[in-house]
Amino acid sequence: MAEYSLSNRKVLVSNKEMTFSERLYLPAIMKGMGVTLKHFFGKKVTYIHGKDLRNYSSTYRGLHVLKRDDEGRERCVACGLCAVACPAEAITMVAAERLPGEEHLYREEKYAAIYEINMLRCIFCGLCEQACPKEAIYLTDRLVDVELTRKDFIYGKEDLVEKMDNRIDISNRQHH
Amino acid sequence: MGLEALLIEKTIIVVIVFIVTLTIAAYSTYGERKVAAFIQDRIGPNKAGPFGLMQPLADGMKMLMKEDFVPQQANKFLFHIAPGLSMLTALMVSAVIPWGKTLMIGGRSISVQVTDINIGILYVLSVVSLGVYGIMIGGWASNNKYSLMGALRASSQMISYELPMGLSLIALLMVTGTMSFNEIAAQQSGWNGMQWNIVYQPIGFVLFLVCAFAEANRTPFDLPECEAELVGGYHTEYSSMKLGFFLFAEYAHMFVSSAIISTLYFGGYNFPGINTLYHILPHNIVTLIGIGVLMIKTLFFIFLFMWVRWTIPRFRYDQLMNLGWKRMVPIAIVNIIITAGVVLLFDK
Repeated sequence: MAEYSLSNRKVLVSNKEMTFSERLYLPAIMKGMGVTLKHFFGKKVTYIHGKDLRNYSSTYRGLHVLKRDDEGRERCVACGLCAVACPAEAITMVAAERLPGEEHLYREEKYAAIYEINMLRCIFCGLCEQACPKEAIYLTDRLVDVELTRKDFIYGKEDLVEKMDNRIDISNRQHH
Repeated sequence: MGLEALLIEKTIIVVIVFIVTLTIAAYSTYGERKVAAFIQDRIGPNKAGPFGLMQPLADGMKMLMKEDFVPQQANKFLFHIAPGLSMLTALMVSAVIPWGKTLMIGGRSISVQVTDINIGILYVLSVVSLGVYGIMIGGWASNNKYSLMGALRASSQMISYELPMGLSLIALLMVTGTMSFNEIAAQQSGWNGMQWNIVYQPIGFVLFLVCAFAEANRTPFDLPECEAELVGGYHTEYSSMKLGFFLFAEYAHMFVSSAIISTLYFGGYNFPGINTLYHILPHNIVTLIGIGVLMIKTLFFIFLFMWVRWTIPRFRYDQLMNLGWKRMVPIAIVNIIITAGVVLLFDK
């Protein structure tokens, strides 16, 4: 039978008798200890939790943001497409009508009075972002904080809507 | 008066040795985790206190808080005393180790050793072989097949490796001509503290080291607990501080074994230039340096134990037995014959 190898990395297994030095075990053990000693003084690969940040993809899908337009008005019109698109059913909202005098707060006549995302349900797939016709919701490279109770993982508008003095850059996710 | 003073000083030494052994055993668990982590390119425990130095305390707390479970069909009495027995035998060995030369306090010369019995090596061999009782009783009393397998392995392994250990010590005894640890340590102060027994007994040292690994149930001879085959081996059914005691006994055993290896083969408290220093510096200070040197040697061997553990896998059971009976015993006997010949030729 011919021996073909596509990778040239094929190694034939042999059951040959061990040589004298192999039967002594010690030379092989010393060699192994040399390897581990090299690692002992080698560079550590640990990311320290809370101190180091891992390298994230530029299009990382983390904590959501509800965007405002450049004049500071909420873009969301509470159409509910994100909630419909959401496979984990993590999004709930209650719509309300914009009253006269609120034009500087909301971009269009309808807005979300309540907008909640349950971060324990969310699978961070980004379908809400794709469904949104108003470019109002985006996933960012921020992480969801650690909380002590399940209730605290339900993020409301106060957590999600961006502040005008601390705008969230989402340009990396604006690929469409 | 003399007897009372002796009692007091021995009590103090016993308490200090006890505390030091337990502390080092506790910090060995921390050291083990750090060494494991470093070898695997990780950092290891670093959250409890600076550099994670409070980790042994946290581990101990965790062990104490856990549910203390006793299997229904277990032999309650034996189940309870087994961990204590392991711990006892591990600690008892430290009684004969000479930690330093002598301290001069109030005109009295106090040897830094709990007791200098003239059959020190026999004492060590016998107590160490008692150590298997803790494991055997624990495994038997658990009434669990895995525990029993672990106990069986422990006892047969202990018997197999006690033999080459004893034989390698016979060769050492031919060189030293005494069984007292104190005298063996004192003999090695020749050549200004460099006349260590490793020079005379290199093969004996390797044999003894391998046997010490087997006696302490450390990788590659940790078949009694062998997680991959026997769940947890002899301590499968143990939980809470009883499990903690078993693990702790292993580290205490490791510390004592390391101290014995250092004393028998690596000059004990002797270090290069010790005799010159005794002329220059005050007596007590040099003795304290000697104690420190012995500690450093001991810690190195503890590190060696860990280093080996995280380097090589454990033996298969037949390999273990082959190594013990077909390699170690013959090599030990040849070593004895060669040593005897050399002693006969040169000492006369």
